[in-house]
Amino acid sequence: MITKDNYAKDIKKYQPKPNLVKNCIKAFLVGGLICVIGQGLTIFYMEVFDFTEKQATNPTISTLILIAALLTGFGIYDKIGQFAGAGSAVPVTGFANSVASAALEHKSEGLVLGVATNMFKLAGSVIVFGTVSAYIVGLIRYLVEQFL
Amino acid sequence: MFMDFFWAFVVGGLICVVGQILLDVFKLTPAHVVSSFVVAGAVLDGFNLYDKLIEFAGAGATVPITSFGHSLLHGAMAQAEEHGFIGVSIGIFQLTSAGIASAILFGFIVAIIFKPKG
Repeated sequence: MITKDNYAKDIKKYQPKPNLVKNCIKAFLVGGLICVIGQGLTIFYMEVFDFTEKQATNPTISTLILIAALLTGFGIYDKIGQFAGAGSAVPVTGFANSVASAALEHKSEGLVLGVATNMFKLAGSVIVFGTVSAYIVGLIRYLVEQFL
Repeated sequence: MFMDFFWAFVVGGLICVVGQILLDVFKLTPAHVVSSFVVAGAVLDGFNLYDKLIEFAGAGATVPITSFGHSLLHGAMAQAEEHGFIGVSIGIFQLTSAGIASAILFGFIVAIIFKPKG
């Protein structure tokens, strides 16, 4: 008899085994490369616009988001994602990709109900969990700083 | 200068490797991985650790999504010092505004210009 448990066991031998070492190397190279591009942009903004390193972070991230959104539009970022796995999902470019691809995918449903409504379908979890955790940590830290 | 690029590459790459291990070994979805990373960034910043990583690795620490959690908390704490409890709400999106705004704007423009594939 097929139950949920032995079904999961039975299909295991037919599932492709992820090659962990290879995947990690690919994620390392692509993720590292994206950060190197970010470092180049940071230095560019520091040299050309006289930003401090802290101030240069925001324009750097915005530029990376612009590049990732365009690459998503051309269908290139998805190909990078298939190759790199977490290497392209973890940098902020992956956040931009999830926003742009969700918006693009639902374009046929119209600008309001399609693009705007679905834009944060994937990226919303990042904002929700980021905000909730920052709230909790922030309140704890504020209390600790006030009373200790 | 060269060492800046080197450490950005190594640290940024290693953060992605942690993400890949969570995907392959712990079978998390990409959404779970990035959500955990944002929470991790906020918690690390709560102990003032993330700033040290940025000092060391530059873009290797500011480009991965963990820095989103760090920026949320940083903005919140800066306003909390001025306005107390309410400041946490005032400041939470202050530093992340550029990232969220440009993601919305560029995502919208891309959705208008390009045709969906597949």
